[in-house]
Amino acid sequence: MSAPATTITAVTPGGPEVAATPAKRRRLRFVANPKAATGLVVLGFFCLIAIIGPWIAPYDPSARSSDLIQAPSGKHWFGTTHLGQDIFSQVLVGTRGVMFVGLLAGIVATALSILIGVSAGFLGGAADESLSALSNVFLVIPALPLIIIVASTIPAAGDLMVALVIGLTSWAWGARVLRAQTLSLRRRDYVEAARATGESTWRIITAEIMPNLTAIIASGFVGTVIFAVMSEITLAFIGISTISEWNWGTILFWAQSQQALAQGAWWWFVPAGLAIAVLGTALSLINFGIDEFVSPRLRSSGHTKLKTKDGHSVRMRVGFTPVLGAKDAPATPVVRRKEEAA
Amino acid sequence: MKYLLQRIAFYLFTAWAALTINFFIPRLIPGDPVTSLINKYQGQLSTDAIQSLYVLFGLDKNASLWSQYVDYWGQIFHGDLGLSFTFFPTPVSEILRQSLPWTIALVGITTFASFMIGTSLGVLAGWRRGSWLDGLLPVTTFLSSIPYFWLGLLAITLLAGPDSIFPSSGGYEPGLVPSWNSEFIGSAIQHSLLPAMTILISSVSGWILSMRNMMVTVASEDYITVAHAKGLPERRVMVSYAARNALLPNVSGFALALGFIVGGTLLVEIVFSYPGIGYNLFQAVGSKDYPLMQGVFLVITLSVLVANLMADIAYLLLDPRTRKEG
Repeated sequence: MSAPATTITAVTPGGPEVAATPAKRRRLRFVANPKAATGLVVLGFFCLIAIIGPWIAPYDPSARSSDLIQAPSGKHWFGTTHLGQDIFSQVLVGTRGVMFVGLLAGIVATALSILIGVSAGFLGGAADESLSALSNVFLVIPALPLIIIVASTIPAAGDLMVALVIGLTSWAWGARVLRAQTLSLRRRDYVEAARATGESTWRIITAEIMPNLTAIIASGFVGTVIFAVMSEITLAFIGISTISEWNWGTILFWAQSQQALAQGAWWWFVPAGLAIAVLGTALSLINFGIDEFVSPRLRSSGHTKLKTKDGHSVRMRVGFTPVLGAKDAPATPVVRRKEEAA
Repeated sequence: MKYLLQRIAFYLFTAWAALTINFFIPRLIPGDPVTSLINKYQGQLSTDAIQSLYVLFGLDKNASLWSQYVDYWGQIFHGDLGLSFTFFPTPVSEILRQSLPWTIALVGITTFASFMIGTSLGVLAGWRRGSWLDGLLPVTTFLSSIPYFWLGLLAITLLAGPDSIFPSSGGYEPGLVPSWNSEFIGSAIQHSLLPAMTILISSVSGWILSMRNMMVTVASEDYITVAHAKGLPERRVMVSYAARNALLPNVSGFALALGFIVGGTLLVEIVFSYPGIGYNLFQAVGSKDYPLMQGVFLVITLSVLVANLMADIAYLLLDPRTRKEG
């Protein structure tokens, strides 16, 4: 039992004191999260390409030339296709379709999920029962095969149709989460207070409930955009949506159908796939940022292993009181096994 | 028990909804799928055959929608899903019967394995938050953002080749006849390695992340502190106290995510020309084979429902609270 007082002081980090952040910077806290910031920058980049892509593309994406299946070079940065089309231009021009479908489907699905989820949670009773049954059914039915079948029955499904089909089939997850959250909010004191003062139902929902659902709605929106982008590219890849409109999936469709693999033309499908992966990662990072903003516990606290002044090392963890596993000192009743035992 | 019955009732309702959607989709098709089939077999079909095709595809103009709907249910219960256009005149049910085992073996095993691996890694990552395991998260995020089918294309380019042990397409060696001998099974396993790895890599990260987040949440509960205070071994606290409780939301998440995962894995079959349901769907879409498309959708939906039911039973076994009430 070597002076417990020193043990306690030793546990506090010897590093520099972290100054309390002033309250006025609260609004920027979300952007200050490195994950969210990275995601937003990358997303902004893709939005920019979506707008200016067709203007900065060096070639017409559909124009044929005599450079058939060329590897990347100074003239064609990402190489060419079997018809001599410039793949770099195709990727640039295709960004617009991908972003348009992703965002539009996201907006449609989010609007539906708010409508269905919040009303189910707030109204309760039979309305809740039937609306949650509806969203559970949509949740369990595999979405992608349904989208494929519906899209393939629509002749010449363009970007708008594809976005609507995806949006109308993928709202269920958001609705479920929003319903659960609304259920926990509707009996809170401030909502009861608003009800007691005679606020209309509509005003309670928009002014009291919705602001507290912002993070969930935002994360649901980002999640739906990820799903919509993947579904759209999949539809184009298996050749359901019109192949006259360029998007990343169309590039992959041609690469697959023209045996790009067998010809060793890796440049044909690598750029489009990487673009999808980078966009998806950026959106996921934004979502992690939102999650961590809402629940700080989830942050991966980078530096958790601390060296105390007397040479012990301690790992700080949520919910645990760090205890020094001193070898020489006799164990107190609360000392648990050392970290290495795990 | 009551919980289980409720779930079964819900799945029956969902199955009904899916079958009804399936009934209405071909009726929304503008134009006439039968005409395209008749054109394909110019003069080979008699008028009787044409009429029976119209009835079969539910396009009989003489019958009311309700009687069509009743007939449709009759057909479903007899396992009659119509005739495929692509493989005319093979019945859709026959095609699906051949390809379903392939899909169940590939997708079923890999999805289960990915859940197990992802959950175990998530337990570790959540327990040792802030250790090097957290560095794994961005990598897995990137991997999960890659579309399954593109990862498959990449895997074929990098790993499959004329002198590689990984075949780039098919479910078994072309010369072999499907049977239960060691040669065929070995060949089937060899052909499934690459698709299985593709599915595993892209689907595992979701489980790691959700399990990690649950572990982090559970780790600050009082009963964990108590378990530590009792001096229980670290491993015991991690597995029997924290992980067991953190697992529950992940199991119900498994049931819900299944629909999404299955959709993605079907594409892997397309890339690898694997003789499963997903490849059938691809062929059907290519040739506007509506009966086959519908059959695939039906079979996928029903399989997902069965898998959901199994996840519910697993949940029952894991969580004593749900058993107590019944």
